[in-house]
Amino acid sequence: MTELQAEQASKVLDNSITKSKPRPNRDALIALAVFVVLAVLPMLTSSKFLLDFVIRCAAYGLFATSLNLLVGYTGLTSFGHGMFFGLGAYGFGLMMQKTGVAVPVAFVATLAITFVVALVIGAICVRLKEIYFAFVTLAFQMLIHSTILSWVSLTGGDQGLRGGIPRPPFLGIDLSNHLHLYIVSCALLVIGLFLMHQIAQSPFGYTLRMIRDNATRASFIGIDVWRAKLTIFVLAALFASTGGIIMALFVSGAYPEFAYWTISGEGIFINMLGGVTTFLGPMVGTALFLILNDTVTRVTEYHGIVLGIVILFFAIGLRKGLMDFVIEWYVQRRERSGGRAS
Amino acid sequence: MLEIRALSKSFGGVKATDNVTLDFADGSLTAVIGPNGAGKSTFFNLITGALKPDSGQILLNGVDLAGRSPPEIVRYGIGRAFQVASIFPSLTVQETMLAAVGADQRRAGVMHRRFPLAETRDRAEHAMELLGLASKRNRTAATLSHGDQKLLDIALALVLDPKVLLLDEPTAGMGTEERWRMIDKVRELWEKQKITVVFIEHDMDIVFKIAPEIVVLCYGRILATGKPDAVRRNEAVIEAYLGTEHHAEAAI
Repeated sequence: MTELQAEQASKVLDNSITKSKPRPNRDALIALAVFVVLAVLPMLTSSKFLLDFVIRCAAYGLFATSLNLLVGYTGLTSFGHGMFFGLGAYGFGLMMQKTGVAVPVAFVATLAITFVVALVIGAICVRLKEIYFAFVTLAFQMLIHSTILSWVSLTGGDQGLRGGIPRPPFLGIDLSNHLHLYIVSCALLVIGLFLMHQIAQSPFGYTLRMIRDNATRASFIGIDVWRAKLTIFVLAALFASTGGIIMALFVSGAYPEFAYWTISGEGIFINMLGGVTTFLGPMVGTALFLILNDTVTRVTEYHGIVLGIVILFFAIGLRKGLMDFVIEWYVQRRERSGGRAS
Repeated sequence: MLEIRALSKSFGGVKATDNVTLDFADGSLTAVIGPNGAGKSTFFNLITGALKPDSGQILLNGVDLAGRSPPEIVRYGIGRAFQVASIFPSLTVQETMLAAVGADQRRAGVMHRRFPLAETRDRAEHAMELLGLASKRNRTAATLSHGDQKLLDIALALVLDPKVLLLDEPTAGMGTEERWRMIDKVRELWEKQKITVVFIEHDMDIVFKIAPEIVVLCYGRILATGKPDAVRRNEAVIEAYLGTEHHAEAAI
């Protein structure tokens, strides 16, 4: 027995981490509070536009935050994450149109399909590093996109799933009612963010950070890097798929653009806007992106140019996302005032 | 007991490790020396699973580890530190230690609880104290000095409670004074932990002063093994590596 082992039992600790023990259920309370605020919003405003905005934030926010689990936390820059957004939308839409099962059943079944597809694609992709990973995920995205385009009898080809998605009421919830859809979207968003935050702050979340920082070293302390990467790839796909399901419910259909590479590009764009070093960066990025998109497209048809300039400003000007910038500014300010106080 | 049996590895036509057979007794401290390109790092890479040997056996207490993956070999009890400090730049010293203990306890995949886990604290704390890093616990690894990064690298290996610790040039890139501090630390750890330590070192003064056992590698082959005095007098070693200076010193 080494001394290290011998002393383990008797050691009494006094360090910062033991003192700052995270309060249990604090996150659950915050999540609940956010949900309540979002839920009372329709009582304060009758603006359909605002509620629609929140629903779109839920769809894109889940997608972008799940992408950040790969990009920001694990260092896996996926250019094909949008395929799972599209898979969620099409899987759910088709299930409702063709089989007529209840909404919760279609929801779970869509996630199950996503799980299997992500497991297969992930098993191939996560062995690859950096640019190779990025391009092979992009290739799979294009494969799924072209399958949707060419399998016209099932998917409607470039016309998408037309005729609306049937949304039979379940458990007193009627998703064809705008308010019900709004509440369910908010609930899915809050639950999704809560779960992703838990993953990010768990021991597994720190395993991901270690892999991002130095995968070789991680394997030399006994971590199965491939397995950890595959696990987060599949989990992120499930959250992206949930975003796609919300989108399909919102537009009552699914379109090939949902599975096109531009969706993945928008995910990266959102992460750059909001920042990848904070958990809520992508959520802030989503809101910014949607506001930008909505206002710019109204003003000019050359919205691509404007969005391009904005991303250049963030990438070259700030060299970070908005939330990274805010947090850094806040920390500096606190340090300065702390320095003055002492 | 770590036994290396007829271990070989070639890169193209170059035999980086050529039929090496060696024993490292439990609790021994051995220095591996040799000129640049002698195959010292390859030897470590083979033992730790970073490279797969072409042939031969690596027996740790009778279990053959040849060809297994690094995570598996770590679990059998062979830890290693790297020539260039291999750390996690964005994690603090304390987070690094806690996460490493978590990985050792097979809790790296736990998702339903918060980091850090209470059961990882004692070992992490002890490793930090052992390496003198406790006062820097909240510094991110990237902001540590070169010497502290090397210590953190060693702490990462040590916190896993290895039976055998392989240190690839623990004093690389350090000034004279810092070197001696580091090597004193290595010796102190070896004495305290009672584990098998094998280290690669270029500074002959250090090697001959602190290593009870020395292995000399040259072109992937073992040129000599034994006590410092015997190695210092070995003709082949003098010719291939040491030159006459150390021989002369030994004679005096």
